[in-house]
Amino acid sequence: MQFMLLFSRQGKLRLQKWYVPLSDKEKKKITRELVQTVLARKPKMCSFLEWRDLKIVYKRYASLYFCCAIEDQDNELITLEIIHRYVELLDKYFGSVCELDIIFNFEKAYFILDEFLLGGEVQETSKKNVLKAIEQADLLQEVS
Amino acid sequence: MPAVSKGDGMRGLAVFISDIRNCKSKEAEIKRINKELANIRSKFKGDKALDGYSKKKYVCKLLFIFLLGHDIDFGHMEAVNLLSSNRYTEKQIGYLFISVLVNSNSELIRLINNAIKNDLASRNPTFMGLALHCIANVGSREMAEAFAGEIPKILVAGDTMDSVKQSAALCLLRLYRTSPDLVPMGDWTSRVVHLLNDQHLGVVTAATSLITTLAQKNPEEFKTSVSLAVSRLSRIVTSASTDLQDYTYYFVPAPWLSVKLLRLLQCYPPPEDPAVRGRLTECLETILNKAQEPPKSKKVQHSNAKNAVLFEAISLIIHHDSEPNLLVRACNQLGQFLQHRETNLRYLALESMCTLASSEFSHEAVKTHIETVINALKTERDVSVRQRAVDLLYAMCDRSNAQQIVAEMLSYLETADYSIREEIVLKVAILAEKYAVDYTWYVDTILNLIRIAGDYVSEEVWYRVIQIVINRDDVQGYAAKTVFEALQAPACHENLVKVGGYILGEFGNLIAGDPRSSPLIQFNLLHSKFHLCSVPTRALLLSTYIKFVNLFPEVKTTIQDVLRSDSQLKNADVELQQRAVEYLRLSTVASTDILATVLEEMPPFPERESSILAKLKKKKGPNTVTDLEDAKRERSADVNGGPEPAPASAASTPSPSADLLGLGATPPAPVGPPPSSGGLLVDVFSDSPSAVAPLAPGSEDNFARFVCKNNGVLFENQLLQIGLKSEFRQNLGRMFIFYGNKTSTQFLNFTPTLICSDDLQTNLSLQTKPVDPTVDGGAQVQQVVNIECVSDFTEAPVLNIQFRYGGTFQNVSVKLPITLNKFFQPTEMASQDFFQRWKQLSSPQQEVQNIFKAKHPMDTEITKAKIIGFGSALLEDVDPNPANFVGAGIIHTKTTQIGCLLRLEPNLQAQMYRLTLRTSKETVSQRLCELLSEQF
Repeated sequence: MQFMLLFSRQGKLRLQKWYVPLSDKEKKKITRELVQTVLARKPKMCSFLEWRDLKIVYKRYASLYFCCAIEDQDNELITLEIIHRYVELLDKYFGSVCELDIIFNFEKAYFILDEFLLGGEVQETSKKNVLKAIEQADLLQEVS
Repeated sequence: MPAVSKGDGMRGLAVFISDIRNCKSKEAEIKRINKELANIRSKFKGDKALDGYSKKKYVCKLLFIFLLGHDIDFGHMEAVNLLSSNRYTEKQIGYLFISVLVNSNSELIRLINNAIKNDLASRNPTFMGLALHCIANVGSREMAEAFAGEIPKILVAGDTMDSVKQSAALCLLRLYRTSPDLVPMGDWTSRVVHLLNDQHLGVVTAATSLITTLAQKNPEEFKTSVSLAVSRLSRIVTSASTDLQDYTYYFVPAPWLSVKLLRLLQCYPPPEDPAVRGRLTECLETILNKAQEPPKSKKVQHSNAKNAVLFEAISLIIHHDSEPNLLVRACNQLGQFLQHRETNLRYLALESMCTLASSEFSHEAVKTHIETVINALKTERDVSVRQRAVDLLYAMCDRSNAQQIVAEMLSYLETADYSIREEIVLKVAILAEKYAVDYTWYVDTILNLIRIAGDYVSEEVWYRVIQIVINRDDVQGYAAKTVFEALQAPACHENLVKVGGYILGEFGNLIAGDPRSSPLIQFNLLHSKFHLCSVPTRALLLSTYIKFVNLFPEVKTTIQDVLRSDSQLKNADVELQQRAVEYLRLSTVASTDILATVLEEMPPFPERESSILAKLKKKKGPNTVTDLEDAKRERSADVNGGPEPAPASAASTPSPSADLLGLGATPPAPVGPPPSSGGLLVDVFSDSPSAVAPLAPGSEDNFARFVCKNNGVLFENQLLQIGLKSEFRQNLGRMFIFYGNKTSTQFLNFTPTLICSDDLQTNLSLQTKPVDPTVDGGAQVQQVVNIECVSDFTEAPVLNIQFRYGGTFQNVSVKLPITLNKFFQPTEMASQDFFQRWKQLSSPQQEVQNIFKAKHPMDTEITKAKIIGFGSALLEDVDPNPANFVGAGIIHTKTTQIGCLLRLEPNLQAQMYRLTLRTSKETVSQRLCELLSEQF
């Protein structure tokens, strides 16, 4: 995976994770272009599209769009489920997650993502194991 | 405020975020941010040392501001300070800031690396995890320099915690992607491969990604991963849905890992070890079977995960391209998805079928779905799905369905989305050219393209139609007539004016006999468009006019008047003005002869790769648009036993496109001198004294392919294709040789010659007639060879072809597949008779045996087909061992008949065969054994 973006229906970027080195300018340009493209698509359309030389896989959860850019060889359907598993992790951690949770606890959203995906690849698919790692860290915070 | 704020809430941060959210306008937001930035700056610069918590809070605020899209130019130092904090929570925020806002400030990187080094050495798994995440997130070269040597050690150390191993694997992967030169291969690689056997599925998941990436670049080093991956995959796909506990996702066992393992296997050819190969085939079959089972859950996650594995399995099947059975099953499965109600699956099925279409085993199966795909083009509501349908139609196109597909694409073009029109235009133009049998159809198609989507017809497309019309004189009259008619439309696209102008300027004379398209009418028609056109088109039309002056003296004065008018002679555009002046002068001073010479018809264009194809490749990237035919040829080159023979990729002509797909990479090793030294020319019609060319590369391979069959393509290069069709009865045979001119230019002095050595000539008699020495562009000529087998023979005749093409001399030699086994007549016999005769032929001169390694997959059905194709009868239920094959037949020659028995014993374990031939004549046993051994 090359990058993952979370943005709202209003086009506000809520989380960005880049797995390839790009300049800030380039990142902003890509974000702008993609947010526009994805928001313009109608609800029943397919979740995949070709964009530049990448494949975009996206899915909308309530007010948030989750959007991943993968390479030609990568598997679209499993990427769709990467998104879903990440949503499940957020949901389990925050307890029925909503956009506000991600806004106010953006750092947690990043920490969970790092436990799940690293360097653009799935690191740990077990929900239990990921949450255990995060909860241990929370425990460390509380006792420190 | 959110319902949960776990860990230590940073109140100040939450308040700040609320403030930002409450801002009514962009200006207010910027104002609030600037205020905060000033505050943080003063805190950082202040005399009072900040405690860890405050530092963390401010760094976090800066991060938030940055993520809102504002630039941050300070705070890095404070973040780096946090890294060395002993408090986990502070360290964590420090690392996050660095990961998101990495700066190539080398001073800072050194400090960061220092902190990372300490954490890696801390032996505290949580700290080590943070440090590894940071390296993986930043992945800069400086970090690779510092840690690429260290991380492999952490990865394979016995006492490393599982979670750290996972991070280390992916961290190394990221560094390898950024700086492969800095990651040293070494002892650790073999230990990494063994992580595929790890008990912890999370470790296996992370390791598989790493191994896949490393194996792509160093396949030899990681070869052992194949069997490990297969057995791991096998354990997953056969496990019950609850076996893997938390690694089961909506009743699908370890879908992510399965997909990764299947990806890893795509770095390699099919496993050589038959046991591993068998196990893998079983896995793939199980995955295909599961697709037919009723779903275990109605949730879309269940079907997505299951189908993700299925699609990856299909990719692997396509990658291997060696199991016809699996390929056809894959194709059927995708066929089902084409009509699925989920748009996502229809999209993926179209995409996946595109690659399947280029496999020779499944191309036909893919073609059966043509109606569904055309329907998708018409009814899909999502443009990205329609785009896939266009791609698939392009991929499945061949001579048999080109007319239908081109017609459908043209009709779709009328309503197609603007974003994909140009690509469709290119595709239609390529298909129309490639599969044109009748070039009038090609001309019609391109003119239709211009009519429907003139704006999207690039220069390459209309240049190409002109090149083709100029190179093919059979279509010139038709083209002139058609453009003339198309130009009648009151509003026609400028591209049509260009094509029309050019073609009428060259070939308008071919239709000038018809009073309805007399020279003057042609001229007036073109000139009526003149003033609506852009400068380049007008310039082109002026050239057409001067060509008219030569073609049609009767309109000379009319044209001179036009050239002489002020709007031309004094045109503000320099180019137009110059043409008008020069053409006018030329038409006045030059004699008819000089005019005729200067304005002669354009000579044929040299053959080269279609510029349109080049453009499409450029548009889509070189790897996505491989020329279908070439791709097929390339694939079939190493897969014997397919229904169609692979024409050798021999290219003896220097063509600019010869090496485009690396086909010319085979070293042009001539297969020894032809056996013609002192030989006799059976057919002496050649007036060219040139020496006979060495055998074309690949000739031996192709020769071997014809041992068990009689029809197919014997040779093909950029210019020439040689096809064969032959029939044999007893000791007589007849062979039709078809020479196809693939170019649009004539071959001159075309002289095929059959060459037999003295020896061969006494045993094999060949009779033939000369062929016409001129072969028109695109034409095919046929030559008949009558064959008589006088006595058994070993060598094969050589076919040498010499001709002139566009000023260069061409010389090609190939071995002609007339072999002893062609004179076989099959003999059926019972088991008892067989063994009785077998025993009778037991003297050492009568038996020849050969033990050899299988060169192709050991498939029973293919083997049977080959033995029958060889000419002998295949005797079932004769050999006590059902795995063995036995055959019997009689070789007919003019002088004698020779009974032959054969027995082939496969050994699957060793991938070997033992072939035994027993005949009444030693040389026959010997030759038949040689010929047949090459087939398996």
